[in-house]
Amino acid sequence: MTRQVLVIEDEPNIAEAISFILSRDGWSVSTHASGTTAVQAVRDAKPDVLILDVMLPGKSGYDILQDLRSADDTRALPVLMLTARGQKTDRELAERLGVNRFMTKPFSNSEMLTNLRELVGG
Amino acid sequence: MPHSRLTGSRIRERRLVLGQKQAALAKDVGISAAYLNLIEHNRRRVGDSLLEALAKALKTDPAVLAEGAEAALLGALSEADKRLPQAQAELDRSEDFAGRFPGWASLVMAQNQRIQELEQMVEALSDRLTHDPELAASLHEVISAVTAIRSTAAILSGGGEVDQEWQDRFLRNMRDEGMRLSSAAQGLVEFLDAGSSEEAVPIGPSEELATFLDGNAHYFPNLECPSAWKANARDQAIATIIAESAALTSREAQDMARQFLIQYVRDAEAMPMQAFQTARSALGWDPAALAREFRQSLPSVMRRIAFLPAGSDGTVAGLISCDGAGALVLRKAVPGFALPRFGAACPYWPLFQALAQPERPMRAVVRQPGGARRRHVCQAISVQQEAPSFDRPPVYEAYMLIRELDDALDGEAMSHATPIEVGSTCRVCPRTDCAARREATILSAG
Repeated sequence: MTRQVLVIEDEPNIAEAISFILSRDGWSVSTHASGTTAVQAVRDAKPDVLILDVMLPGKSGYDILQDLRSADDTRALPVLMLTARGQKTDRELAERLGVNRFMTKPFSNSEMLTNLRELVGG
Repeated sequence: MPHSRLTGSRIRERRLVLGQKQAALAKDVGISAAYLNLIEHNRRRVGDSLLEALAKALKTDPAVLAEGAEAALLGALSEADKRLPQAQAELDRSEDFAGRFPGWASLVMAQNQRIQELEQMVEALSDRLTHDPELAASLHEVISAVTAIRSTAAILSGGGEVDQEWQDRFLRNMRDEGMRLSSAAQGLVEFLDAGSSEEAVPIGPSEELATFLDGNAHYFPNLECPSAWKANARDQAIATIIAESAALTSREAQDMARQFLIQYVRDAEAMPMQAFQTARSALGWDPAALAREFRQSLPSVMRRIAFLPAGSDGTVAGLISCDGAGALVLRKAVPGFALPRFGAACPYWPLFQALAQPERPMRAVVRQPGGARRRHVCQAISVQQEAPSFDRPPVYEAYMLIRELDDALDGEAMSHATPIEVGSTCRVCPRTDCAARREATILSAG
């Protein structure tokens, strides 16, 4: 069965590269660029795993993660967070909010793939 | 013995070097503290016999007080010693040192001043890196472009199959991201170049306003004739001041300056300069007494005290105000009391104690680390920003007037009060035992 991934990323060229890498690896990929409507996009897409950028227009990735963790239907969704801010405090904040994996930009394509596979159990 | 007009200043300098209270010295030489205060502010000539008595009490030669070519040097040496007490400089021999080696003493003074300037620059740059939105946006732009290029390049060079259409698309993306990276990097270099210049570049409207106000010492003589206003004359006078300012470049900053100047005029109308200065001399810089005299609020009086030129006794006052969230919105500095250029200030400032207890005036003697360790009197009050409303919760703002402690002016109780140790902002505060510390200092412990 094809695994579904939703990429919430407002940088179109990063989103396109991620989409290509994942599609080539056999994932079904959808993308979304707005922070404001991100939670609804998650509910609509019902992905197996979510890739979430932090700095998004309208609403930050942290706020989106908090919303997801406080709703029954999205609480258990595995989330891989991508951020340009890799400071300890950023990582700690993401962990407090319930992130499953945290990667700083620029990231390695293979490392991202490994993380995603682990999040959905291989 | 010939006396220069600065003999009083030298007496004060020498007394401060020895850490003596004004009242104690006055008692030693048999005069009142008020009279010594006048002497120290060069408002009374000191006779030969009194000069000798003062010199004896201050353990120096009368000629040093009367002629005192080294007074500035002595003060600077004392300041340098307080900055680095572990060096254990022989402070009791500083006069001897300054007299015998004036060149070396001048070098110590210059280096001490340079250290102070560099500390302020470090503070400004550190805060800039931490809080500056333009820098954060530039770095985000660079990292986003690098991320796109790295991921795309890895796809193209990774050995997997990429059909021609995707190859063309990725090459186009890489070219676009390369252009974007180049532009972002150039912007970053320009930003850092501007930041490294000696003159700080204002960041945002608040800083433009601060530059404008500092440039005018918060004093606007053209707005000090409220009885002469006719029709739109007031608005025109304000518009002219704003238009002639090189510091106010953005519309937002100009609007903020307009609001400030309108309030300035209101205060000037309620407390005309001549009458206010007369009352200030008579009532001894007491904001509460001045508020009663002019039937004005404490914040209005504090603004007036801080913004008018120094009194005839040379006393100057600074003023800080913050909003209900503690963000500093107005800052007029006073010598010896460091203010943060950006970010949050020291929570031990009476300003924030006042914010926690609205409408209750507060007064405290405080002292900051480093430098001359001068003691300052802070008077603070928190008031409601607008009339009470049933529709929304109250919003408070707080004001704090700051002036150097003057033994004669402030009396025995204040003079002997144990100062509250406060900082400027955590990043440049060396105190390690502070319960209110938010973040580590950038100053070395040694």
